[in-house]
Amino acid sequence: MTVELLSANHGAALAATLAARANRKGRGFCSGVYPITPSTECMEYLCQQKIEKGRVIKVESEHSAMGVCIGAAAAGARSFTATSSNGLAYMFENCIAAAMLRLPVVIAVANRTLGPPWNIWADHSDALTLRDHGLIQFYCADNQELFDTVLSAFRLAEDKRVMMPAMVNMEGFILSHTVAQTNIPDQAQVDDFLPLTDIPHRLGDVPHTLGQIEVPHQTEVHRWQHHNAMLDVPKVYAEIQKEFEGVFGRSLHDIVVPYRADDAETLIVSMGTIGVTAERAVDMLRAEGKRVGSLRVRLFRPLPTDAIRAHYAGKKRIAVIDRNISLGLGGILWSETRALADPGAVVQSYMAGLGGGDVRPEHIVKMLGDLEPRKIAGPPAMMEAV
Amino acid sequence: MNEPALCGMAQTELDRAEPLFRKGNTNCGGCGMSITLQMLRHAVAQRQVQFIVPACCGAVAGGAFPQSTFGVPTLMTTFACAPAAASGIASVAALNGEDLRTIILAGDGGTFDIGFASLSAAAERNEDILYICYDNEIYGNTGGQRSSATPAGAVTTNTPEGKVEQKKDILAILAAHRIPYAASVSLAHAEDTLRKMRYALDQKGFRFLHVLSPCPTGWKSEPALGLELVRLAVRSGLFPVYEIFDGKRHVVNIEPDFSDEALNMYLSLQRRFQKSGLTAADLRPAIDRYWQNLRSLSGRIVPARRDA
Repeated sequence: MTVELLSANHGAALAATLAARANRKGRGFCSGVYPITPSTECMEYLCQQKIEKGRVIKVESEHSAMGVCIGAAAAGARSFTATSSNGLAYMFENCIAAAMLRLPVVIAVANRTLGPPWNIWADHSDALTLRDHGLIQFYCADNQELFDTVLSAFRLAEDKRVMMPAMVNMEGFILSHTVAQTNIPDQAQVDDFLPLTDIPHRLGDVPHTLGQIEVPHQTEVHRWQHHNAMLDVPKVYAEIQKEFEGVFGRSLHDIVVPYRADDAETLIVSMGTIGVTAERAVDMLRAEGKRVGSLRVRLFRPLPTDAIRAHYAGKKRIAVIDRNISLGLGGILWSETRALADPGAVVQSYMAGLGGGDVRPEHIVKMLGDLEPRKIAGPPAMMEAV
Repeated sequence: MNEPALCGMAQTELDRAEPLFRKGNTNCGGCGMSITLQMLRHAVAQRQVQFIVPACCGAVAGGAFPQSTFGVPTLMTTFACAPAAASGIASVAALNGEDLRTIILAGDGGTFDIGFASLSAAAERNEDILYICYDNEIYGNTGGQRSSATPAGAVTTNTPEGKVEQKKDILAILAAHRIPYAASVSLAHAEDTLRKMRYALDQKGFRFLHVLSPCPTGWKSEPALGLELVRLAVRSGLFPVYEIFDGKRHVVNIEPDFSDEALNMYLSLQRRFQKSGLTAADLRPAIDRYWQNLRSLSGRIVPARRDA
């Protein structure tokens, strides 16, 4: 193992490279890539790597980038791509196709808001548009976590009980361009950790068709199978965590990350880097004697409802901070998890950091100041308005 | 077994034993894509092939889950990305040292229109793909709307007065990518078709076959007359049959007699041209211009219509 100074974009690409090389004795690696700010450095780094039995195809659009990944996985290879924002939106159709074809492509997304009007900075509105279509979604908070999650995503996506694409999200610039020391395992360790890619329904010698017409009851059955495979993800992931620790000698983050949450009366819930900021806000408020904790949701699809419900239990006030807005509704994490709280609990939606706005511990302290006197939740609130 | 569609050519032991396109498929009677696939079966023989099919009539013809109409492993892709997906499949085959022919079977909508960027990019990268476009000059699956392959004067469901714009010259566009091989294919000329399919199957890099594919449903023509219509289009010079090597060497394969009678018959046998009332005289100047250019590219002088 070595320690390298890497940006999160480069870390994601290096994790993909190690995973690619680990399949050299299998059917190899093939990836389609296309640049977009702030994800570009990930594909650049990947294009600079020498991958035995691998090819990175520089295509003409994100749609085709995922098209290549679909072809590669349909042929039985390991596959990966990286994108962001409108690139992901342009890739949308093929992301769904990869999911419905049950092809285990790993996608690193440097989250950026959608436009025009053009804004290259971070929020989660790009990735969350894909929440309903059978792709696993992780949201990461630091470089090491991102590297580890990308590496593990290959194992998770390619597990026969799961067999679907996995997206690993990092907020654009805030994380994608932050350079930090990252523990990089040896190739031999990665070879131990990742089995050779084996896609049972890949195109082989026997004539069969992938993605053909199906009738309503078949579609229902396939959706239900897919849904249930998603529900298995936390169980499979727990097994992978054990394997990870065994091979690399350090732990892989849980699907939700609580911080000083057990005895808290008020809980701050968030995804991505805001979760780390929330932990600093918790420390500040604890110093004032306030019983506050934080919960960072790392796995958003499948939504780990049991884990979240367990942490919501007994909390009187919950501030859900979303770096996104479902226009006409409010924060997405808030809307999805508010029903998991105890009856009578105040679950308030705060949206912050949209389009890359800075979210600092003081902002979160201010939100909790707004939350504290509330007896019932108000309409979703934007940070600028609090 | 003699297949009428193959002009009575007998199947021999050299041909592929299993059909590429099985019986019981849902294609309309007289569909040019069906004929293309029967011809391709003979050309493929013992070679290992896989199909990549974007949304098109071929995606429906492929059959409903879990049966498969295609006799080879097939991937159905989204409308616009068959060349990208085929690039992935061909690359993985190459990485694994497999002797696989990756064949795209796409309609004109997926080729001339929505899949055009992906097609151009795969051609530019010279991916190891055989691209077969069965061009029925219409969006067939959706009920017959105009595409950029629809000829001027044809009535479609969204050009009720007849399309105004000219058909895209797809072969010239592909030739401009300097791919190893591009050819137009007349299903009415079986020997030429099979020769081109065999040649294209055994080349490396990006190969493109443009097949004029009769569509009785969209052309409003008699199903049994499909090949005859293609023959008329070739004879009259409307559909030039030629091949282009490396984007440079142009070879005309079938000499038309530039018959106005053939052209008028071609137009009158399809109800899609009825409303605009097109005649040979309307089309002849454009056909002559096209052939003048083709003559200069191919360097062939005879036989030509030199009075044009």
